[in-house]
Amino acid sequence: MMSSSDLVVQTEKLAKTFRVGFWGKKVTAVDGLTLDVRRGEVFGFLGPNGAGKTTTLKMLMGLIHPTSGRASIFGHPVGDLAAKARLGFLPESPYFYDYLTSREFLKFYGHLFGLRGAALEKRVDELLELVGMTAARDLQLRKFSKGMLQRVGIAQALINDPSLVVLDEPMSGLDPIGRKEVRDLILRLKEAGKTVLFSSHILHDAELLCDRVAMMLKGRLVACGEVTDLVERGTTQYVEMVIDRLLPERLAHMRPLTERVVQQGERVMVVLSSQVHVDEALEIVRASRAKLVSLTPHRASLEELFIREATGAHRPVETHV
Amino acid sequence: MKVWSIAVNTFRENLRDKLLYNLLVFALLMIGSSLLLMHVTLGEFHRLLLDVGLGSVNIFSVLIAVFVGIGLVNKEIEKKTIYTIVSKPVARYEFLLGKYLGLTITLLVNLLVMTAGLLAVLVAQAVPVEAVLFKAMGLILLECMVVTAVALLFSTFTSATLSAIFTLATYVIGHLTADLKTFGGKMGEGGQALLDGLYYVLPNLERFNLKGHVTHHLEVQTAELLLIVAYGLAYIALLLVSASVIFQRRDFR
Repeated sequence: MMSSSDLVVQTEKLAKTFRVGFWGKKVTAVDGLTLDVRRGEVFGFLGPNGAGKTTTLKMLMGLIHPTSGRASIFGHPVGDLAAKARLGFLPESPYFYDYLTSREFLKFYGHLFGLRGAALEKRVDELLELVGMTAARDLQLRKFSKGMLQRVGIAQALINDPSLVVLDEPMSGLDPIGRKEVRDLILRLKEAGKTVLFSSHILHDAELLCDRVAMMLKGRLVACGEVTDLVERGTTQYVEMVIDRLLPERLAHMRPLTERVVQQGERVMVVLSSQVHVDEALEIVRASRAKLVSLTPHRASLEELFIREATGAHRPVETHV
Repeated sequence: MKVWSIAVNTFRENLRDKLLYNLLVFALLMIGSSLLLMHVTLGEFHRLLLDVGLGSVNIFSVLIAVFVGIGLVNKEIEKKTIYTIVSKPVARYEFLLGKYLGLTITLLVNLLVMTAGLLAVLVAQAVPVEAVLFKAMGLILLECMVVTAVALLFSTFTSATLSAIFTLATYVIGHLTADLKTFGGKMGEGGQALLDGLYYVLPNLERFNLKGHVTHHLEVQTAELLLIVAYGLAYIALLLVSASVIFQRRDFR
């Protein structure tokens, strides 16, 4: 049993209903969300676009008032200044004061935590170093690329050396190198004993990083548990093989195993309908002295998993609590 | 201190905004243009210089108050910069107060630049400068602070365009509240009650207008001046408290 001091974030039947349009039609963005985030874990908040992830995070940050239910951070009600003093937040696609340089920008946020003087200067330099932005320290933010903005955004979230770091879609819009850097940074934060809560709609990110994940769909929690359980549920759907110099008669042998064949000159791409056909297909490749270029198993996408969860389970599934 | 940091940041934002410089250059051109107008005017040169000069300072200060004022909060919400501020240990009223204070500093600095421009023109033309001129300038600043607070209040719950319209309307009506009372006196009971209500609710901006005193060389009693300042500050406080109450309840989607 977890003691309450080990729970960094707690929500209980948290709900938010917005009124939209001229007639104030009610739209439920988050519906009865109950979950806990434990000290020191990396917690992934997953779901397709529009699932209610951002709304939930905004409620935790005190940006949106919940319609009903309760939420607390470090035992303080959300929105409490004592809770905010110990957390760092990076919003989705962040926009910052573009007339500031990175140094001015970080110093401004430091001031909001009461940091001053040499201690603040040192902290700013450390963070710029951490996110690899030392070279751009005196450049105005309006000249930054999206990746650079994301980096200084992460730096501002860490200015107060927070115990809880909340990142909303931290990898979205980044190139593969940028994504890897963000992943490394999250792992470094975990090593430093921080609790990290981040949202994403990409299963791959969660697989690599998270201890536990919560899956949301249409404002409801559809599953919450350890990431390995989630991944096992997403069994391989099809396997893609790219082969060079496969003789046409051999390809004809392979056809019954495939769902689709795309031929381009000497190169052929075959999509096997199931993992069980892989060995047989490889035999054919070997026997014909063709060259296997790549073999890629494809899992169900997160969206597909969610659809299955939504149709298969009408109530929240607790796997490991 | 958080309020002060936000104020300094707002001031810095204003300083790096082109709109401010455009308005300031136009104001200085207007003040300078009074020198040209002198050549096509018969007599009363001194009065003309003071009239055009003070009028320019007033109009451009109000324009800065309105057009920078409506963006104070709206821009933060539209650009989503507010997400990172409100998630820090900053109370929402501290944020509003900081933004307000920042623009007040901007207005003060602008007013000082424009006053320097006007004084240069006056000294060049050997116009005697009286103390009441500085009192008039001070009240222009106070009027702009009221207008900024009005803009801030509107921008906490409506769009930038609507805030601009409402604030400009409040500014115009604010100079005509005496007419509202007179007009109300000539109406039936219901109409009178309504216009009397408006007279007391809307800011009486004409109270901050000492331009007539300057051009006619009239002094203002200290007691009266203090009363006007107290009225202005009380009105600003009321607007800021209302803005904070609305802002506290707002969701940032």
